[in-house]
Amino acid sequence: MRFTEGFRDPTVARALAAGLRAAAAGDRRLCFMEVCGTHTMAVGRHGLRALLPPNVRLVSGPGCPVCVTPSGYLDAALELGRRGAVLATFGDLLHAPAGDGRTLAGWRGAGGDVHVCYSPLEALALAEAAPSREVVFLAIGFETTIAPTLMLAVRAHRAGIRNVSLLTSFRRVVPAMEAVLATPDVRLDGFLCPPHVSTVIGADAYRPVAERYGRPCVVAGFEPLDVLAGLLELIRLATAGRAEVHNEYARVVTPKGNPRARALIEEWLTPSDAWWRGLGRLPDSGYSLRPDRAEWDAARRLGVEVGPGAEPRGCRCGDVVAGRIDPPECPLFGRRCTPDRPVGPCMVSSEGSCAAWYRYERAGRT
Amino acid sequence: MDPKGDRILLAHGGGGRLTAALIADEIVPRFGDGPLRGLPDAADLPPIGGAIAFTTDAFVVQPPFFPGGDIGSLAVNGTVNDLAVCGARARWLSLALILEEGLTFDVLRRVLDSVTVAAKAAGVTVATGDTKVVPRGQCDGLYLATSGLGERLPGYALSPERIRPGDRVLVSGPVGDHGMAVMAARMQFASAGGPRSDCASVLPLVEAAAPMAGGIRWMRDPTRGGVAAALNECARGRPWGIMLHEAAIPLHSASAALADALGLDPLHSPCEGRIVAVCDPSVAGEVLRSWRSTEVGREAAEIGSIVCGAWDGAVAMETRMGGRRLVDMPLGELLPRIC
Ligand code: SF4
Repeated sequence: MRFTEGFRDPTVARALAAGLRAAAAGDRRLCFMEVCGTHTMAVGRHGLRALLPPNVRLVSGPGCPVCVTPSGYLDAALELGRRGAVLATFGDLLHAPAGDGRTLAGWRGAGGDVHVCYSPLEALALAEAAPSREVVFLAIGFETTIAPTLMLAVRAHRAGIRNVSLLTSFRRVVPAMEAVLATPDVRLDGFLCPPHVSTVIGADAYRPVAERYGRPCVVAGFEPLDVLAGLLELIRLATAGRAEVHNEYARVVTPKGNPRARALIEEWLTPSDAWWRGLGRLPDSGYSLRPDRAEWDAARRLGVEVGPGAEPRGCRCGDVVAGRIDPPECPLFGRRCTPDRPVGPCMVSSEGSCAAWYRYERAGRT
Repeated sequence: MDPKGDRILLAHGGGGRLTAALIADEIVPRFGDGPLRGLPDAADLPPIGGAIAFTTDAFVVQPPFFPGGDIGSLAVNGTVNDLAVCGARARWLSLALILEEGLTFDVLRRVLDSVTVAAKAAGVTVATGDTKVVPRGQCDGLYLATSGLGERLPGYALSPERIRPGDRVLVSGPVGDHGMAVMAARMQFASAGGPRSDCASVLPLVEAAAPMAGGIRWMRDPTRGGVAAALNECARGRPWGIMLHEAAIPLHSASAALADALGLDPLHSPCEGRIVAVCDPSVAGEVLRSWRSTEVGREAAEIGSIVCGAWDGAVAMETRMGGRRLVDMPLGELLPRIC
């Protein structure tokens, strides 16, 4: 028996699907956003959209780090590479195109030093191996990846390694959700909240969204039954007009999150404005290294600016991550833009909505 | 150098004394009985009654030994199976070895023994061959290449053109085992309960189903890219599509668990001892029964059908959850050096 089997029981799925139809009975149209790219993938891989009642729509949100990180960040990373830095990155960023189509993979092909890491700590070994060079870890991500990334600086500090730093583009998920709600052309009835991020920030972190904007928030796991159960709860809350936070993933997520990770974040970082693809510059939506930690900040230390940059021409990733359009509504989708030849980051990332739609849903829509 | 004489040297491929010794000690005792007797430059083969089929394949799997097989059994079965799914019985094989200087004789012997066993099991004779040695670092251990000549079995007339809506899709056993076994070996967590390659000859399946051959429209051994790639190639550009049923697809739990952990779809993972086929609904049951009567086909299953409408030209799947989704070609090279 597979460890996942309990979360993929077809009879339970059928019951949940019937529950969705019953709960959404009537002709009120409901639209929910799955914030996280891994939810997007689970929906595609298990064909869950086909189980939604016709009046319920599920749109993707700004939870895929590669997709929301603006082109300007890649411009800055490539500039650091050009100046001789060794770049260390997670694999997902390797093929993400900058505004002019350049990629880290292309830079590596042209002789640049780009290393794909599974753990940020691998950058330590790179720094030790090349003491005369600057090693820069491309530190993008939400609350989930922030603490493990900071461990790189903690360890380097302890080991007295000084030639490593972080080009940060850390993000907070809640301000992005609030920004989506403030977007005039998106009408949402609730959020399916990301499981991994919630293990760090805790389910209570969504209370302001529920209370200030009057939208229910449900934390759900990645397994298909988790997603269906989360959606059922959202439909019930939304139709009853109850703007509450429910945690359907209590086997992993607690109300307060992970205090140690949060303490580490507070010790090293301070909330700051951040640029988001599709949402613009949002106040206090990111984290930067605190002024007393500036020596670990690649941008300050090596003197580069991270601006918004220019989007790849014709790419509508900004509208996709803000839930304004579904990927097939982008005129380039599946034509000029495919996973083999991506135009925008949403087609590159393994969590990107365009990639998920292309892979699982580009045919068979009736 | 090599005082104990237990490693391959460049001179073993040089055509001189060491080459002669290698052939006399390792090749002749294993393969010297048939057309290889006397080591002619070309094998003399007797005439075959009817049409012949001819194929070739190269093998670079890394690591060369994995649970359920090795590069030797793979080189035999890969070529035997390419012929089998064309409706042909392999008769003769060629075997080329490319060895890296420094390879141990132990590895070479184990691989050659495995070739011998697999060829015997598949009823095929190694009729000709060649050995080359390249300097250290210019290949990784050893590479094999085989070509195969086979005789066509009567009754099979396979072509995707003959596929019609309503036809059934069959698979001869659990999918994705070979790819997952090699990945487990590569990541060095091969274990007793872990994935095992399905590496085997599929000829018994083709022979068992021969009485129903006329109703079988299309067959493939789903190697690189797995069942998903084989079916996508079959469906591309056709005025019909393929609808699979996830719950019906046989899967070994060890392979499924590893695929899950790696974020891979088992349908994208190669098989080396399976057939995926499309057949007329009137013979589907008979074909399944005939497959299940063989050792390699015990877990054969009907996994889908040919449909018309929204999925034309594509492969789709009704998921265990009751949803529907596309089953795409794998992107790029998901699993390099898997065969
Ligand atoms: S389909 Fe391509 S171009 Fe269009 S929004 Fe998605 S990534 Fe951008």
